[in-house]
Amino acid sequence: MDPAERLDNNHELPLKEFPYIIQWREDRCTRCGRCTAVCPVNAIEPTVRVQRKVTSEGPTPMPVASRSLEHVVSQVEDIDRYCTGCATCELVCPNDAIRPEYNPQHKFLFFKNQGGGAYRRGGRRNDPSPSTVDQLKFVRISMLTDPALDAGRHEFRIRTYLGRNLPAEELPVEVKRGRLARTDDRFVPPVREIYPIRIGSMSVGALSPHMWEGLAMGVAYLNEVEGMPVVMCTGEGGVPPRLLKSRFAKYFILQIASGYFGWDEIVHAIPEMTEDPAGIEIKYGQGAKPGDGGLLMAYKVLRHIAKIRGVPEFVDLASPPTHQTKYSIEEAVAKMIQSMSMAWGFRVPVYPKISGTTTAQAVLNNAVRNPYAAALCIDGEDGGTGAAYNVSMDKMGHPIASNIRDCYLDLVKQGKQNELPLIAAGGMGKSGALAANAAAMIMLGASAVDSGKYMMQATAQCFGDEYNRCNLCNTGRCPRGITTQDPRLYRRLDPDKVAERVVDVFKVADMELRKIFAPMGRSTELPIGMSDGLGCSDREIAERLQIKHVV
Amino acid sequence: MCRLSAITASEYFSPMENIHALDTMKEGHDGSGLGLVLKDLGGEFEPLKEHPILSGICSHAGLEVLNDYMFSRGFREIYFWEPHVDPGFLPETGPRDHYFAKVYSYPKEFKNAPREEKEALLLDVRLRLRAMGEPDESIFVFSFYPDVISLKEVGDPMEVARYFRLEKEDSLKAKIIFAQGRQNTNYSIYLYACHPFFLQGYCTMTNGENTAFVPIREFLSGRGFPGYTGYNSDSEVFTHILHYTQRQLGYPLRYYKDVITPLKEEEMEGRRDREALKLVKKSLRPLCIDGPNCTIGFTPDGSVFMVQDAKKLRPGVVGGYPGKYALMSEECGLDRAIPDRDKKMDFSPMKYDMAVVSPRAKEMKAWTQLSA
Repeated sequence: MDPAERLDNNHELPLKEFPYIIQWREDRCTRCGRCTAVCPVNAIEPTVRVQRKVTSEGPTPMPVASRSLEHVVSQVEDIDRYCTGCATCELVCPNDAIRPEYNPQHKFLFFKNQGGGAYRRGGRRNDPSPSTVDQLKFVRISMLTDPALDAGRHEFRIRTYLGRNLPAEELPVEVKRGRLARTDDRFVPPVREIYPIRIGSMSVGALSPHMWEGLAMGVAYLNEVEGMPVVMCTGEGGVPPRLLKSRFAKYFILQIASGYFGWDEIVHAIPEMTEDPAGIEIKYGQGAKPGDGGLLMAYKVLRHIAKIRGVPEFVDLASPPTHQTKYSIEEAVAKMIQSMSMAWGFRVPVYPKISGTTTAQAVLNNAVRNPYAAALCIDGEDGGTGAAYNVSMDKMGHPIASNIRDCYLDLVKQGKQNELPLIAAGGMGKSGALAANAAAMIMLGASAVDSGKYMMQATAQCFGDEYNRCNLCNTGRCPRGITTQDPRLYRRLDPDKVAERVVDVFKVADMELRKIFAPMGRSTELPIGMSDGLGCSDREIAERLQIKHVV
Repeated sequence: MCRLSAITASEYFSPMENIHALDTMKEGHDGSGLGLVLKDLGGEFEPLKEHPILSGICSHAGLEVLNDYMFSRGFREIYFWEPHVDPGFLPETGPRDHYFAKVYSYPKEFKNAPREEKEALLLDVRLRLRAMGEPDESIFVFSFYPDVISLKEVGDPMEVARYFRLEKEDSLKAKIIFAQGRQNTNYSIYLYACHPFFLQGYCTMTNGENTAFVPIREFLSGRGFPGYTGYNSDSEVFTHILHYTQRQLGYPLRYYKDVITPLKEEEMEGRRDREALKLVKKSLRPLCIDGPNCTIGFTPDGSVFMVQDAKKLRPGVVGGYPGKYALMSEECGLDRAIPDRDKKMDFSPMKYDMAVVSPRAKEMKAWTQLSA
């Protein structure tokens, strides 16, 4: 006899507790099996059930009851095989018979800790409300004596500098016969002119070969055909050696992080490099998971990844939270920046990236005093990741808007706002408004912005959103083929199409930036710190950011 | 949009010449103010060229405070000028107690001090007086510098001129006079917002709106120079950029254009100084303007120049003959100021140009950024 707990199902979860509930229509389903085959988490399965049917075939009602076995698609009630809402089933269904539906009353987090393992995932902070940056508007439209610029007719130059600008008083120039002349008595830090929206750091390994290749091809096309100096950061995970030694290396910022993955290979490739990289980013923190290092799960460490990263196959690659060879961040900033600069003969801008934090200004002041620090990149709480603890993503970190604003105003106080560029990352394009977010951050004081998650969503149709949809990046089972190393999955993604979309995204962002800057009368330089152009209907946000309160 | 009227000549002339020219351009300004700056003074001021002149407006109480303060700093008044106002043309702000231009002798310990020290002293005194008088508007001081007078008032330029009886005033003459008819833009009508702006021998007046005012102001404020303050008008930064690039950084005048409207790197290829220029562009990036602006300025040596923004090109024209040139925001102003010139020689600076009239109005030169 079954124990009572089996009989009353008391220790099972009803679908009502699950974040997504599958809506399956028996009348439309042809039982082709595509949905169950494609589901990345096996949340649905083909099964059979006994069904009682009442039929009547004669001229007068003669109901006859019968029982038969029916083939159905059913959702499993196992929390480890929860439906993520990715909707790949809906995508492949030829007859519109199946789709997941979000269940706002779910209690997912109450149960997603079976066996004592904390919930880990990819994606970013699950908060669908508009971010602060998304609430900012551009309110100072030139009207009276100054008609707006024409986004279509006037010449615009949307460029920024990556690198440290010397104060004019310290430039190696002198006046000779009525003209300025360059002298050679002083080191001038390397400065790159780049496009102010960059593709943020996403590693080989976290991304599939097709995704990474698509992004890289798009970046090369933008530079070489469109004349837009877009750069992309490699993330911590090495660089394909052929790319490193190619002429395209100059479009990439190489990231070094606490695991130093891939750096043995990079350092050995330096003598064979024909171009300097666009920059070196030293990662101290990441907005999505402050206090955690990078994490690549063992099942994504296939042979090609192991080779690029210089590690054995199929081992978890967890970077430590801090650079273990250094005693403190002050020391790390100073020594690592110097040694990375030295590796490329002081020809490459080297800068730290930190996660958004209330202590960002301390790091900023450290970087300001280091003549070799080329910038400071701050990654806010809405930054994305390929793998992290849910609690880190949802609850840790600092919003980027006030972090950048405070740092910028700190630089203004020191008169150094043009010397050390600030790069804002984390949540750029979260609601799809990439250009508007970038423009708002620039007016708050950023010199450039990074975008990662938006790029995956816009160029490869990543399913992920702030309702925890999909977010399977850490499992290696990305149904779009973006964050997987399984050839059966990443073959779904056409790198050429990704590259095309990268180009689309940047060309549109460029036009939208003009449409924002033109009415505000800025065209030859970026409106960095032009905060009088910004407004917000939320008084507290406006006061905190020192911009106009408009209702 | 403000209208600008600048005249430079080898002989002394009256500011009425500028104001009549402004009057022909009346359609373009809303009559919200008149600003005058006179340099290289004639008349009663001619023998006093070495002595600093404090120009401003104050109340009776303000005057006492001002006199006491100047005395305490060791300045002794050696000459005093004020306009004999015509109450029939009272400005809309109501009567003011005193408009003044006071000439002082330097404190003893500064008599033989180097020029830089004297300039720092004059600036400090002006800023302190401004701070003392600003809260209750009892003292406004516009300039404190040798051989320069500033006169400003809210109202229609012609009416203000009549109020000051400038037509009958013989004592007020100069070889360089700037006048601006103000069109109020984004900021409130206020005496300190009235052009031309003057700082340690450098002066500019500008029309149009400076869209990048806030970042430029923040950059200048961070240079650690006490005179980079005020900013009641978005155009004040043009004077300070000129002062910063010429006096503080020591760049020749033509680089003013390269700072406010920098060339693209590919455009610099024709320049012999391109290597230096590339560095300057990056380091002074926040000082780039996008216009629309026409800026007219003078420098301590008496050069007078005109530059435009590189985009929408506010109109501006320079014309005249050796011995007298006028720089105006409109052709009709130029016709009024110097009708007997050769009009074929008039020059309207375009996006890469800078027109410079040399000291004592000897000649007009046009520089282009592309091949300097």
